Amino acid sequence: MLEVSALNAYYGKSHILRGVEFNVKAGEIVSLLGRNGVGRSTTVKSIIGEVSPQGSIKFKGEEIAGRPSFEIAHRGVGYVPENREVFPTLTVRQNLMLGIKNDQKKPRWTMSEIFEMFPNLAERADVSGGVLSGGEQQMLSMCRTLMGDPDMIMIDEPTEGLAPKVVEQISRLLEEIASRGVAILLVEQKLNVALRISHRLYVMGHGQIVYEGTPATLKLADEIRSEWLEV
Amino acid sequence: MLEVFVFSTLNGLVTGLLLFMLASGLTLIFSMMGVLNFAHASFYMLGAYFAYSISLKLGFWAGLLIAPLLVGAFGALVERYALRRVHAHGHVAELVFTFGLAFLVEEAVQFFWGADTKNYQSPDLLNFPLFTLFGQEFSAYRGFMITISVGIFLALYYMLTRSRIGIIIQAAITHPHTVANLGHNVPLIFMAVFGVGTALAGVAGVIAGPVLTTFPGMAVVLGSIVFVIVVIGGLGSLGGAFVASLMIGLLQSYAIASNLGMPDLLNWLGLEFSRDHPLNDLWTLTLPQIAPVLPFLLLVLVLIFRPTGLAGKREE
Ligand SMILES: Nc1ncnc2c1ncn2[C@@H]1O[C@H](COP(=O)(O)OP(=O)(O)OP(=O)(O)O)[C@@H](O)[C@H]1O
Ligand SMILES: [Mg+2]
Repeated sequence: MLEVSALNAYYGKSHILRGVEFNVKAGEIVSLLGRNGVGRSTTVKSIIGEVSPQGSIKFKGEEIAGRPSFEIAHRGVGYVPENREVFPTLTVRQNLMLGIKNDQKKPRWTMSEIFEMFPNLAERADVSGGVLSGGEQQMLSMCRTLMGDPDMIMIDEPTEGLAPKVVEQISRLLEEIASRGVAILLVEQKLNVALRISHRLYVMGHGQIVYEGTPATLKLADEIRSEWLEV
Repeated sequence: MLEVFVFSTLNGLVTGLLLFMLASGLTLIFSMMGVLNFAHASFYMLGAYFAYSISLKLGFWAGLLIAPLLVGAFGALVERYALRRVHAHGHVAELVFTFGLAFLVEEAVQFFWGADTKNYQSPDLLNFPLFTLFGQEFSAYRGFMITISVGIFLALYYMLTRSRIGIIIQAAITHPHTVANLGHNVPLIFMAVFGVGTALAGVAGVIAGPVLTTFPGMAVVLGSIVFVIVVIGGLGSLGGAFVASLMIGLLQSYAIASNLGMPDLLNWLGLEFSRDHPLNDLWTLTLPQIAPVLPFLLLVLVLIFRPTGLAGKREE
């Protein structure tokens, strides 16, 4: 589904991504792990086109590197940004409407299904997005992207700063997303969440992929965890 | 006294709505580009001239329909092929570009239509008094101006706040990246907003042309007042621009109608003045004479007491 190779990215003169290589197959949950500042967000931003990438990014076999973001999204890439970016002045329903693309046919999720899955969003459908709690905003941001019916969704640190109960809710939603055949590229800090739900994992360090494995192999790779993950 | 008040309120309303038709587009385009479009009033002028030429051949109503479309299409092209490129070079370049465009349009208008005032007439259909109050007539054309502006604003307001495309536009103006990442073509949206904003200015030109006269300086005359309005209302705020437009429209209209002079005011304040006073020229100014300056006076006051404008937010 997604094949990234020799991906380089820069912020001004600073070289952030140095030849990132990884892939995500259809229906998979793949996690991108690593310490703060190693370039995980930059990687997903390069894929969606918010940061301009150098190298090759193939989605469904077609090169998308350098294409405009809206077009990449139209091809089926969904992106939930790290800071959620819920529109504070728009209502919950309007935020969800924003996710619907033009000429969209038979999406996997409809708005009423989303409201069924999240009664607390349904209750507050006409409340402005700005008054929601952090966890609710995260749900809203994810659901907004789902409204656009992506075939692969990239989610940047969905559990950051949230209570364990909410983290639990989010990992259930992730599994629900995967069960409908949507591939997930998950950027995570919380190792336990990633180990529990991922099929495969990559670890990043200094703008490169330094480890590729499965939850089972990563659990055994003590030296990788201590060198690249634990603080 | 009452009749003066009623009529200057109505006339102020006409002016205020007209000003808002320009200010609304300008403030929307400001939120999008981050700079004031100095050429905005030029689109207003083009609206009047296009409509004038069309009205000679096809009549007023055809002009009302076609001229704003032409102006909007021209605006969209300017955004697509010029501003978007200039934008890459930063705000100063954009400002200079819009300045240049304003000059260019004024020169072009003089070249094609000449420097004289055009005899652009309101349609015969509306050349009757709508009503007569206290023996004074209110023309049907002014009633038409009020109706058409209010109609356009209601339609736009509904579109912007209720429809899906309106929500996308609102979101794209403040968070273009987020909206693009959700699959919306933001550059196209910006081109459309620019097109609609300039088309609105065009409508204003079409309907104001017969009343405020169609001449090559009309852009400059109205342009500066519209800037003042957008700043007073708070840059980027539609609601603020609406209040400021009506405020300035009414203020000017009352000032002109009042026919008060400084001496009257000073006497009213209980002050004496003599004709040989060194500041005599200032004393003998009448309120109608200083009416054109009032918007700027208000601007200074607003900037002193509320630097972000009436509805503006402080920048973080
Ligand atoms: N807009 C920017 N301009 C300049 N440098 C940036 C910018 N955004 C990120 N960086 C730098 O790029 C590097 C990688 O940032 P990135 O956001 O990809 O990290 P990350 O792995 O997502 O970590 P975290 O989200 O925990 O901060 C960091 O050193 C960061 O300081
Ligand atoms: Mg990050």
